[in-house]
Amino acid sequence: MVPRTRRSPQVWGFPHIIHPVSSPRSAFLAGFRAELPILLGAIPFGLIYGALAVSQGLPSAIALGMSSIVFAGSAQFIGMQLIGAGTPLLVVVLTTFVVNLRHMLYSASVAPYTRPLAPAWKWLLAYLLTDEAYAVAIIHYSDDSDPAHKHWYFLGAGLALWGSWQASTAVGVFLGAQITANWSLDFAIAITFIALVVPALKDRAGVAAAFSAGLAALLAAALPYKLGLMLAALIGIVVGLVIESSL
Amino acid sequence: MTLWLTIALMGLVTYALRLSFIALLERWEIPPLMRRSLRFVPPAVLSAIIFPEVFQPGGAPDLSANNARLFAGLLAALVAWRTKNVTLTIVAGMGALWLWQFFLNG
Repeated sequence: MVPRTRRSPQVWGFPHIIHPVSSPRSAFLAGFRAELPILLGAIPFGLIYGALAVSQGLPSAIALGMSSIVFAGSAQFIGMQLIGAGTPLLVVVLTTFVVNLRHMLYSASVAPYTRPLAPAWKWLLAYLLTDEAYAVAIIHYSDDSDPAHKHWYFLGAGLALWGSWQASTAVGVFLGAQITANWSLDFAIAITFIALVVPALKDRAGVAAAFSAGLAALLAAALPYKLGLMLAALIGIVVGLVIESSL
Repeated sequence: MTLWLTIALMGLVTYALRLSFIALLERWEIPPLMRRSLRFVPPAVLSAIIFPEVFQPGGAPDLSANNARLFAGLLAALVAWRTKNVTLTIVAGMGALWLWQFFLNG
């Protein structure tokens, strides 16, 4: 009933270790490991967020609280700047809503897979549903392996990001961001996404969805609050559907 | 106090968006069209994140040799396509980025 692609990308090049995943623990660890390259980009991002938040005049507790309560990088960057500029509460909250609209797409995308889970699992995984955890989890959900423990894989990926986000934010708040300068580590996130999405492109409709969304994102890049990303994703989905039904 | 209220509401809004369909599907069947749409979400969203990072890292489109991320991104895509190996793709992509930057900056 669920959409699936034929083969999973080989995580860390040792597919025999990861597939088939036999226990909750090994699934959790596999998800954790799959998230590691993304951390290379996320950790500098967290350091910069923490350092900037303090320099914008936010109390340390608020900067840290935002990382654990909101737990959404882009929204935190924008929110921290708006709060620092004394923007009214309602505007900050509405902006957060718009910036994070794309998470609704992620929610719809993982929902068929999380459906059989107990409510507590759903609440926990929803809290961990960031761009970075979504990318790793949905690619794993779409392959055929080990259907019983995929939520553990999701949890492993989500907690890897969560822990490093809290820690890097704290280091940024208390020590400032001094590293990261010319290493372009932020690009590790895009590279990891490439590693995840390219092998999952199996048919013409999927390829068309990817390219049209990518091109639309370039054209719509000037739109504020991540709306370009949202619009581009919707265009990609529509193009994929049209191509699929015309075949 | 207002600050705590602000981040609490930011958190609430974010969590509501993330939980939306996960919770909704408890008692609601996905319509067929939406079910068909969902498989295009990962390639569409991830490409919409990737393309600007690769083709316009500075904010404006840059297809010149000065754009190290263009070279690194295309090489990574090629490696990902040929090998389907995540580790190899990341090593190739970041390695190419650093090498290209090294030569650009002398």
